[in-house]
Amino acid sequence: MTGLCCGRRAAMVAMLWLAVPAAFAVDEHPGRSLAANCTGCHGTQGRSTGGMPSLAGLDRSYILNALEEFKSGARAATVMQQHAKGYTEAQFALMADYFAAQKAR
Amino acid sequence: MLRRERPTQARGRRKFLRLLGGVAAAGAAGIGFQAQAASGRVVVIGGGFGGATAAKYIRLWSTGIEVTLVERDAEFVSCPLSNRILAGTTTLADLTRSYDQLSGRHGVAVLRDEATDIDVEKQIVTLASGRKLPYDRLIVSAGLDLDYSGIPGLKSAAARERVLHAWKAGPQTVALRQQIEAMPDGGVFAVTVPVAPYRCPPGPYERACQVAWYFKLNKPKSKVLILDANQKVASKGALFQQAWDELYPGLVEYVPNSELADVDAASLTAKLLFDDVKADVLNVIPPMKAAAIAERAGLITANHKWCGVDFLSYESLAQKNVHVLGDAVLAAPLMPKSGHMANQHAKVCAAAIIALLRGDTVNQHPMINNTCYSFVSGADAMHIASVHRYDPEKKTMLPVPDSGGLSVAPNELEGRYAEAWARNIWADMLG
Repeated sequence: MTGLCCGRRAAMVAMLWLAVPAAFAVDEHPGRSLAANCTGCHGTQGRSTGGMPSLAGLDRSYILNALEEFKSGARAATVMQQHAKGYTEAQFALMADYFAAQKAR
Repeated sequence: MLRRERPTQARGRRKFLRLLGGVAAAGAAGIGFQAQAASGRVVVIGGGFGGATAAKYIRLWSTGIEVTLVERDAEFVSCPLSNRILAGTTTLADLTRSYDQLSGRHGVAVLRDEATDIDVEKQIVTLASGRKLPYDRLIVSAGLDLDYSGIPGLKSAAARERVLHAWKAGPQTVALRQQIEAMPDGGVFAVTVPVAPYRCPPGPYERACQVAWYFKLNKPKSKVLILDANQKVASKGALFQQAWDELYPGLVEYVPNSELADVDAASLTAKLLFDDVKADVLNVIPPMKAAAIAERAGLITANHKWCGVDFLSYESLAQKNVHVLGDAVLAAPLMPKSGHMANQHAKVCAAAIIALLRGDTVNQHPMINNTCYSFVSGADAMHIASVHRYDPEKKTMLPVPDSGGLSVAPNELEGRYAEAWARNIWADMLG
């Protein structure tokens, strides 16, 4: 049991730990799960490793406009028109909110 | 008290959980906190596109959940892009990534081990090492097993060394490349395609293109023969046909309705129902089914092959508190068995497990999508894309009408996107 011997700090942490439920969700942005549809290609939380545009920290209206133009066909693309047609305007707004709120790097 | 933890508390608690984990690993029992610690314990079997993504995203989206990933291989090797090894444009090293960041950055306990048994009543996974991992929620993302039961001629290990599958990226992929390189000009490379569904629907046809590209440049008198058990090309059919006609005229032959009955490995002969086809390199992609561990845990619900799940959480329809991801899932309509799809399953599952461990309801409107690239030559690729939403009445994922689609034609730009897709999705699951 000596491995557990960390003094008062451990006891305090243990008390805090007992006082809270087992799991906490963090970063519960309402657009989080929808935005996760995009992050396979555009990087976790919109931070691309390159080759695809990063979305993290972009202006909300820029993202929203791009998505709407992909959906209408006004903006040329390879896959993005086909993806954009799968989502509603309300879902675009949630995705744009989410990515605009992420730190660029 | 139910509010979000302050960062310092979160850090302190994580440290404490690690401490508990360490003690548990050392075999100590009877510690008062262990029961509560276990109440946030997730075990993930399999570190592929599904399992690694789920492990990372549970940690990313929550605090206080201990995640242990069990993976038998030392490193991740990507199946997507691995057909390019056959053309010589990619190496296995290019497709290999470390699990280090999952532990280092995200605090996932990565165990190099293999799950040998799941006690779904006691909620304990037993590993090959003998170690036992209790769980509150288990994610089985163990992929597929290749099913040789219907191919008697490939029962022996020696026969399978001669007639390769190369359908799990690794040493077999490199060995198949060596067979193709050693083949004399004027030879025949034959690949057999199993009845759908199988992992990566366009994969066999992409493989035919990659071998044809190598032949065209190096062995132009050779031939690629596709013996397909299906009635037609399972994915991107028109685009593949166009590629074979335009890029490889006279070099690729596609034969539908050619189900494999047996193989004579010694003479490299594919025995079809009415015909024997002799090749110089014979590549048999056998039928597939959910990995054996899924079967042992009673997760298979359809055709003795696939695992039915609730698409709101990916929880098994057969076993409580066990979730199944990726290729082993009994697919919803038009849901391909792809790495991208497994990555998407994983995020829905991660969010659901966090909600369930908190006692919340799960998202009732999950959305997922798929993007799948195939290379038709050294540099040119094409894609198929789809978007799927949950249908509450049918309780399944259905493609959103008028969404998704295919490339107009393969090109170099899409080839660069295909490479960028791979780098990004590997980072999304592991980085």
